[in-house]
Amino acid sequence: MLIKRAGRFTWSDVTDPRCLLSRRALLAGAAAVALAPGQGRAATPRGAPLGAARNAALSLAEPPTKLEHATTYNNFYEFGVDKDDPARLAGSLRTRPWSVRVEGLVRTPRTFDIEEVLRLFPLEERVYALRCVEAWSMVIPWIGFPLASLLKRVEPTGSARFVEFTTLLDPKQFPGQRPGFFGSSLDWPYVEGLRLDEALHPLTLVTVGMYGQVLPNQNGAPIRVVVPWKYGFKSAKSIVRIRLVREQPATSWAKANPREYGFYSNVNPAVSHPRWSQATERRIGEFRRRPTLPFNGYGDQVASLYAGMDLRRHY
Amino acid sequence: MTRRGRIVLKLVAWAACLAPLAWLVWRAATDDLGANPISFVTNTLGDWTLRILLASLAMTPLGVVLGAAWPITLRRLLGLFAFAYACLHFAVWIALDFFFDWARMGEDIVKRPYITLGMAALLTLVPLAVTSTSGMVRRLGGRAWRRLHRLAYAAGVLAALHFIWLAKVGRTDQYWHAAVLALLLGVRLVHRARRASRRRAETRPAEKSPAGPLRGTVVSGDR
Ligand code: HEM
Repeated sequence: MLIKRAGRFTWSDVTDPRCLLSRRALLAGAAAVALAPGQGRAATPRGAPLGAARNAALSLAEPPTKLEHATTYNNFYEFGVDKDDPARLAGSLRTRPWSVRVEGLVRTPRTFDIEEVLRLFPLEERVYALRCVEAWSMVIPWIGFPLASLLKRVEPTGSARFVEFTTLLDPKQFPGQRPGFFGSSLDWPYVEGLRLDEALHPLTLVTVGMYGQVLPNQNGAPIRVVVPWKYGFKSAKSIVRIRLVREQPATSWAKANPREYGFYSNVNPAVSHPRWSQATERRIGEFRRRPTLPFNGYGDQVASLYAGMDLRRHY
Repeated sequence: MTRRGRIVLKLVAWAACLAPLAWLVWRAATDDLGANPISFVTNTLGDWTLRILLASLAMTPLGVVLGAAWPITLRRLLGLFAFAYACLHFAVWIALDFFFDWARMGEDIVKRPYITLGMAALLTLVPLAVTSTSGMVRRLGGRAWRRLHRLAYAAGVLAALHFIWLAKVGRTDQYWHAAVLALLLGVRLVHRARRASRRRAETRPAEKSPAGPLRGTVVSGDR
């Protein structure tokens, strides 16, 4: 079951969503109210600051992609299929109140309020490479905490083998979920999934911020996951439910086009997308293409998860 | 149409065809090409190649539907602009996207159907551009020239398939463009069928007389 938010009207209905921020950030949020531009034109959002110490050991040494680019060039189909749709339309997403239901094959299922999440888990900053399946990439300083910490709290049972993430379903807030002339682009809500060992890997990050700020709406606010060795679409955004399950979840892109998008979708220069090569990528901000690295450069940390698997078949 | 009217018409068409390019140059000059400038330029040029190609293909049907001659005077101009945009689109792919990595480009042309289709569309336009001059029309003769220039539709079909093949799930503009192409082709086919049946009706009495004209001399090629 999806989590239905209580009541038709909340404070978020009458407040600029970019200003509905964590308690920590309330003051800065108030400043942002004064500065906030008109609705719907959130080119470079002035998010509230969100402090977190950098985890240098797990951070790339490369300079991050410009914030302006990371917030205006997005694939977030809930807002629309064009790269600039999320930045244009993300104003309609209300990120407070927000809760995430964690359930399924766990001993202590529970619903976390977003504020509670921010209180319970110490945040850190990690600079990760983000590789889109469309052969472009960015370098992003995310703020969050390991998904493993959250999963440990609910105690997965021995029969849990996969973790399924579900994005909010609400066509009122997500214009891209309203059917168009040719039907819907994807089968909503968006569902992604990981094998349990992938979900528990220390690199898998629950993310609530980036660039020292609260996560902008177009980047998956208020809470998402980031799985840096997989193509970007594996990292579910605006999550309302995390479910531990026995069977491999039916994930949105694999359902929409199983020939082009597999469940694993590890970054792999040796396996082409059926329509284009994955051997190289364009790092946003750079002119020349650069070679794509196996597992997006995280091979030494994650390759062992796939020992003995044929990654050409399990693409 | 008066000479003056024709000149105004052509000026408007020139301005309309140059506007997207000017807009691109303006955005480049003001550092406003977005996060992925090469992709943006490639796609913008691709979009306008297809739109102008469709516009050039629309002129004959438009003339038929309106019963006017002026659309035909724009056909060559639009066709040549479509070819110019296609060349720019291709040049950006070579020089900016692949940075003269000939081996990779060769591989893509062979292995990626959407690139193969784009290449085929561009190559189909080459003989049309080469034979677009009045001198060439004279040299080839009207009928052969007209038959050759029906390839413009083949280019349109290849380009529409190129777009459909490359577009990701959820996009719809590729289908709208294909629908416009189908409509234009439909108008021409209907018109041709009508004309042929009219001509059959006219030639039938003549066929009875031994001295009747041969059909082949009557049925002229498509305009
Ligand atoms: C008559 C010839 C052609 C036409 C009408 C055409 C049209 C288009 C169109 C409409 C697009 C999509 C733009 C968008 O996404 O909004 C496109 C993209 C593209 N075209 Fe073409 N094209 C032609 C020839 C070529 C050729 C010869 C090549 C290269 C060999 C090529 C390579 C590409 C590439 C790489 C893209 C971008 C694909 C992507 O972003 O994934 N095209 N073209």
